[in-house]
Amino acid sequence: MSSFAEFGNDLYTGKRSIDIVSRQKTWYAVSAVLLVLATIGLFGKGLNVGLEFRGGSEFRVSSVTSTDGFESRGKEAVRTLDAGSDVKVSRLGTNTVRIETETFDSTKTDQVKVALSREFKVPVNKITASTIGPSWGASVSQKAITALIWFMVLVSVVLALYFRTWKMALAALVALAHDLFITVGIYALAGFQVTPASVIGFLTILGYSLYDTVVVFDKVRENTLAAEGNGRLSYSQAANQAVNQTLVRSINTSVVALLPVASILFIGIWLLGPGTLLDLSLALFVGIAVGTYSSIFIATPVLADLREREPAMQELKKRAERYQAAQSRRAATVPSVDGLGAQDGEDLDGTDIQDTVPVPAGSRASASGRPLHPYVQSGPRNQPKRPPKSKR
Amino acid sequence: MATNARNRGPLRTLAALMVIIFGLYGLLTAASIWGEAQRTPKLGLDLEGGTQLILKPKIVGNQKPSEGQILKAVDIIRNRVNSTGVSEAEVTTQGGGNIVVSLPGTPDSATIASLQKSSQLRVRAVLVEGSAAPLPVPAPTGTATGKPTTKPTSKATSKTKTTGKATSKTTSAPKSGFPRALAAATTPAPTGKPTAKPKVTPKPKATAPATAPTAKPKDPSDLAWVTPDIEKAFTALNCANPKAIQDIVDDPTKPMVTCSQDGSTKYILGPAELAGPDITNATSGLQPGPNGQPTGIYEVRLDFNATGKKAFCDVTTRIIALPSPRNQSAMVLDNRVISAPVPEVVLCSGQVSITGSFTAASSKVLADQLKFGALPMSFVQETRDDITPTLGGEQLSRGLLAGAIGLLLVVLYSLFQYRALGLVTVSSLLIASALTYAVVTLFGWSIGFRLTMAGVAGLIVSIGITADSFIIYFERVRDEVRDGRALRAAVETGWKRARRTILISDAVNFLAAVVLYVLAASNVRGFAFTLMLTTVIDIVVVFLFTHPLLSILANTKFFGEGHKWSGLDPKRLGARTVTYAGRGRVTIAARRAAAEGSQS
Repeated sequence: MSSFAEFGNDLYTGKRSIDIVSRQKTWYAVSAVLLVLATIGLFGKGLNVGLEFRGGSEFRVSSVTSTDGFESRGKEAVRTLDAGSDVKVSRLGTNTVRIETETFDSTKTDQVKVALSREFKVPVNKITASTIGPSWGASVSQKAITALIWFMVLVSVVLALYFRTWKMALAALVALAHDLFITVGIYALAGFQVTPASVIGFLTILGYSLYDTVVVFDKVRENTLAAEGNGRLSYSQAANQAVNQTLVRSINTSVVALLPVASILFIGIWLLGPGTLLDLSLALFVGIAVGTYSSIFIATPVLADLREREPAMQELKKRAERYQAAQSRRAATVPSVDGLGAQDGEDLDGTDIQDTVPVPAGSRASASGRPLHPYVQSGPRNQPKRPPKSKR
Repeated sequence: MATNARNRGPLRTLAALMVIIFGLYGLLTAASIWGEAQRTPKLGLDLEGGTQLILKPKIVGNQKPSEGQILKAVDIIRNRVNSTGVSEAEVTTQGGGNIVVSLPGTPDSATIASLQKSSQLRVRAVLVEGSAAPLPVPAPTGTATGKPTTKPTSKATSKTKTTGKATSKTTSAPKSGFPRALAAATTPAPTGKPTAKPKVTPKPKATAPATAPTAKPKDPSDLAWVTPDIEKAFTALNCANPKAIQDIVDDPTKPMVTCSQDGSTKYILGPAELAGPDITNATSGLQPGPNGQPTGIYEVRLDFNATGKKAFCDVTTRIIALPSPRNQSAMVLDNRVISAPVPEVVLCSGQVSITGSFTAASSKVLADQLKFGALPMSFVQETRDDITPTLGGEQLSRGLLAGAIGLLLVVLYSLFQYRALGLVTVSSLLIASALTYAVVTLFGWSIGFRLTMAGVAGLIVSIGITADSFIIYFERVRDEVRDGRALRAAVETGWKRARRTILISDAVNFLAAVVLYVLAASNVRGFAFTLMLTTVIDIVVVFLFTHPLLSILANTKFFGEGHKWSGLDPKRLGARTVTYAGRGRVTIAARRAAAEGSQS
């Protein structure tokens, strides 16, 4: 597919450029819709929290003569009484089946006991019932939240130091919060159960989202530094160019990250049914997709919005406007250009500055074909040209 | 082999990587032959199943443990069972009072025993010490001859361990004192050894019960604590009966009667002066000798907080002047004296080391138990069962199948995008997988790292992140080619720029992992550990494999001249020919043409 490579080339040179930063309202609107959906999922539908977080009831069926297919048999027996309830079945030792369910009141517990005794053909007195506490208890969650808060603080400090502006750190955290909220919200909307595995999935997303944003921001920083130096682009334009230049990378990376997750998701849907794998892959799939989206369409515009308010950036914008106006004026007044200089003017590639000496654009070729310096063509100091030897 | 001089550096780097990989696999093989390592990663509870224990609190009297106590116990047991945070054990409560511990694999009995112990450490002053030899009971009745001989010997052995420099070192006597003490106790006649000192000890001991039952003890070393009841209990105590020791009530405000850990000596101890909560940290290791060289004796080092520091300082100040045996301070752990050292100097540094009859393993277990705090109560094991995996084998095999399909798609996609360069990606991913496998398996052996389903999925996603480093790198190189650089130059400058991005983004990920690992608990720590691992592997692979490989390839004709299938074809990348544009600048014909096209 040569067109994709070409697409990359065009994005790189700036020949083709997608207005991402300047259309931030559109993306904010898209995100607002997603956030509303996530809010509905989280607060309307609510998170379906698993037994690991809530605790529940536990039944132990001992002296079972045949434990073949104990998993499905145990589930069936409970679900005849309470369809759709969360049931985990495991075998202890050789002849004890352990069934974890939601918390049942005493009448329900007795019914379940009867159902289980019928299913496993043991007398009711061989079944014990008790309540179990959460394995992922409040203290674990609390510690995890403390760790997250510290993590956010430290990451902000590191990013602010590395990028030398706290605004990048803020924008990255905004994108992070955006990703997590949407992922968890959509997860809730899909009605999947939150298990420790899906929490791990959410944490993976947290890492991925931040990683992706940092990669894009590194390019943004490179381009905007160049723009601040030469004053040819405003901050937003430079940021937009950076996003365009990393777009191919973003697409490739997200495809590579999504392919394995997507294949797990499909196998999960078609072959396995609900379970840890499906939970995890849904969380990861949504999260990676949203994470890639947010680092391009949310983090960068938010950053540009923040930075554009600074007086220095306003100044840069004016400089860039003046420069660009001059460029287009020259392009209009100089109809025949050998392309070389004009191309330089358009080559807004910030990465070039350190190893090239920019030639002022619009230089016209002399009779000898050598480009003439603009000073020579016009301007206040139009000194007498030295006539060629033949005319002297 | 005539190598290109330009390839020497990269080849050396590749050789270093090979050394690392072979080293890891060599270690793994060695560990599986001579150690107990297995050649596959250890799996978590959800994939492999394990052992489930139900622990029932041991109730003293009729006090029922409160919910808060049980929850605290759950947290402490979770720390003990999962001190590195990567063993993926589950701890929960059952029916209000019991604690259910699910451990992956088959834990050894020492591990299980360590979970049930309360591990309440208290420091008490020794009031009376006696041989625990069951029959010849001269000690309690206080025949002046038997006693004195016991004392000096045990004291003498303690003293030999004096180290000039290590002020905070104290060493214990009970073990080494045992045989001689026993011998002395069974010999009715005085051996003539006693010096002036021991004479002092038997006297108050013998008189104490008679004269001072009503007197108020002045300090914890005061013999007035030894009431007739205590005396009776001391006489009756049989150190060979573990049940008897278990039933001792360890009340911190009262004196207690107990045995040493090996059952050779019994003690009457004053009230507790220092307890577990005053310990801020506990570590284990070999005791350094006077010159810092390891001595082969294992010790457990304790750090005290301010209260503990002051209390210990006071204890040593007080007892150092006292006659033997009252110059010993007993470390009592779960009703047994694990060590009763004689302080040589006043210890006020807030650091104390305990040496008993420790092995490497037992000192570590004790340090862990002390570090994570004492359980509010001891537990007894009620049931122990094997438990089947909560996820069927189906989930794992299908999950791996899905992962394999996904990776195949990744390979196809990168070949499609990057042509021959895609092969570099694929080989880098293979190297990354090989490293991951070795490291995960090795950590499974050394610190009990276990992979759960979530961990496996995390590893699969991390492959995406690893691949991203290559993508960043290749795109940068392509950008440089687009600017008209020759490939070799493009690889070098592209690398310099990509390296920064790769490093900062990985640094942020690593930071995330470290913070979560240090602060979180349970499964979250396992996840953080995996993230740390994959981030480091990512850096290793990009720096030691992908970059050198690409540098070497850039010197080949196929890549260097930008073959159509190399993925670095300047033509496809829009850099058709390179022209010198004057003033040290180059420009590219293709772009000139494009610019012309856009202007006309």
